[in-house]
Amino acid sequence: MSERISSYPGTPLKERDFAEGKVLFQWWIPRAHYAWDAGVAIGRFLRELRAGRLVARRCPQCRRVLVPPRMVCEHCFCPTSEWVVLPGTGTVKTFSVCYVTWDMQPLDEPIVPAVIELDGAAPGGGIMHLLGEVRPEEVHIGLRVEAVFRPVEERTAAITDIRYFRPIGEVKR
Amino acid sequence: MRMRRVAVVGAGMTKFVRRALETADELSWQASKMALDSCGLTLADVDAVAFGTAPDTFDGVHMNGEYCAPGCGAYGKPFIRCYVGGGTGVMAVIHGWYHVASGLFDTCLVVCEEKMSSCQPHPQGAFLTIFDHTLERPLGPNLLWIFAMEMNAYMTRYGLNKRDIALVTVKNRANAKDHPCALLGEEITVEDVLNSEVMAWPVQRLDVSPISDGAVAIVLAAEHVAHRVTDKPVWIEGVGWSLETAYWTNRDLSYPLQVEQAARMAYQMAGITEPRKQIHIVEPYDPFDYKELHHLEGLLLADKGKAPEMTALGVTRRDGDLPVCPSGGLLGVGNPIAAAGLMKVAEIFWQLRGEAGRRQVPGNPKRGLAQAWGDLMQVGTVVILGVA
Amino acid sequence: MSLTERLQAFHQAVAWQGEIPLQNRYTMGLAGERFFREIRDHARLMGTRCPRCNWTYLPPRLYCERCFAELTEWVEVPPSGTVYAYTVVHVDLDEQPLTEPEVLALVQLEGCDGGLIHRVLAAPDQVYIGMPVEVVFREEREGSILDIAGFRPA
Repeated sequence: MSERISSYPGTPLKERDFAEGKVLFQWWIPRAHYAWDAGVAIGRFLRELRAGRLVARRCPQCRRVLVPPRMVCEHCFCPTSEWVVLPGTGTVKTFSVCYVTWDMQPLDEPIVPAVIELDGAAPGGGIMHLLGEVRPEEVHIGLRVEAVFRPVEERTAAITDIRYFRPIGEVKR
Repeated sequence: MRMRRVAVVGAGMTKFVRRALETADELSWQASKMALDSCGLTLADVDAVAFGTAPDTFDGVHMNGEYCAPGCGAYGKPFIRCYVGGGTGVMAVIHGWYHVASGLFDTCLVVCEEKMSSCQPHPQGAFLTIFDHTLERPLGPNLLWIFAMEMNAYMTRYGLNKRDIALVTVKNRANAKDHPCALLGEEITVEDVLNSEVMAWPVQRLDVSPISDGAVAIVLAAEHVAHRVTDKPVWIEGVGWSLETAYWTNRDLSYPLQVEQAARMAYQMAGITEPRKQIHIVEPYDPFDYKELHHLEGLLLADKGKAPEMTALGVTRRDGDLPVCPSGGLLGVGNPIAAAGLMKVAEIFWQLRGEAGRRQVPGNPKRGLAQAWGDLMQVGTVVILGVA
Repeated sequence: MSLTERLQAFHQAVAWQGEIPLQNRYTMGLAGERFFREIRDHARLMGTRCPRCNWTYLPPRLYCERCFAELTEWVEVPPSGTVYAYTVVHVDLDEQPLTEPEVLALVQLEGCDGGLIHRVLAAPDQVYIGMPVEVVFREEREGSILDIAGFRPA
């Protein structure tokens, strides 16, 4: 550091300073409730999920089949032209095994999120979802998986209409 | 198009702490005042202010930039605030740079601040908005998933193991012992990292940098002002920035393409044709240990998949051929989102002037590069600094 | 460029609902700590003064935003002031009618530049710009802006 500077500002506090009243503070809890419009592409994507199907959009220029579907191809900057129904199978492109919640509390059972490269979509194209019916140590990049949909009466046109993706056939390392 | 030469002439920063007593604007003032004092300038000498801070949701303040503006000297002045995730710390410098390079202003104060501790119960709550609200948040995600999945893709593609990656945390925490503002300067071993709690495999607790509060400021000046103010101006020789697609599940996660694109832009502007020879110090963005390696490759300073080997061979130590994160990086100094990137630029500034004290890289380095990168792995920002 | 599809039926428009789970815990800062402790412990308002700019900040600041000097001169602010501007609020955040309308004002305290936003403890039709007021502190205080109950006509 510049030799001219002898001390640095910034006053560290400990969590217990708050609990013990050594420092004054003010709480505020915002009500951040949203209703996000799904839009044309995702609106249809969700309705198709309720019907038990995964769909994508094709770009007429680069011919890529895009998932999540979008009305504009961001590479070519032109409108996408047609809906494509995907078979619902894919390959694990990457994954993690997570042991904590978002606020860093331990989970009872680990969960396995993954990016699944979907068959029928452009290479590398995929979505994030959870893996199920598989032990964490059996998961590897390249594992072939298929979507498991909830029973029809439980579907609500949501990404969770797919319960998870499970390995196709026998799991081998 | 003619752009004027711009130099960094002063810098200042607060300590990076887990939770600061100071408000966001007080932290900004502390860093800004120090930066101005360090080069003998006053508020009246500041023509414009470029400020960077992460989402308002951390501080819980609407328009955090405007809220902190008085503390960064922007009262009555042209002011711009940017936010590009973790890339902000370097992006703010780029904003400041073109304020002066364009000829519109002779000086610009660049300030970055973060007060993440306001966000309860955990700042991750604010980060959850990274995930798509409709397609991803209903799955109950955790910010760590993104990093874990990127780390996994990188490790698997090149057959890397955690031992090689853990060396980065060991190096950076040790480097940080010599940084007066560091939160986590300490000696740890690879075993400590490998034995730490697995949070979202392959990410373990000691792979992650600590969230922090803090602020950093630097002073930019046009050439004629720089020569009056200091006899050791550090010139901004190149800048670059680029953006990847928002559809992160469609990207190749084993390689940060947007960092390469930003680097190429900066190298071209700086006239650099052999970065591995012409860059003497690097401060890549290291919120996680594997990210330092990932970014070294994106910056074209290591072959794909080979950065871990470089680290294991000691090339990236302070006394190695290409010192990386001599400051201690985010892993050692701390990670107040926007301020962290600017800390890296300030480090290069101090290093090139020979003022880095115990952290000084030997051998009279002449050119350094600072790089930052944003949240959903989308943004790459690069600044190259050099002395005559 | 025109998009190739539109929704034809209103009921096809889907919106996904969700929350952003956040709470904020604000520290008062170096200047704020003293400001609120003075309110809590001594029922008095204090500001900081910049001697160079001849400017007294209320709420008090650590630094002068005009000249950047560190402010170390604390001054006691008299409890009286005037209404600089005010509004009468009839609805809450959800636009539901309040049982009683509330008067919120920017009150300039004597000797200070700037002022405090707070409630005026008077009927709406009694309030006017320039009205002299004085601060009313609560009996029980905890170091918050609500330790002030409001400003009453002086």
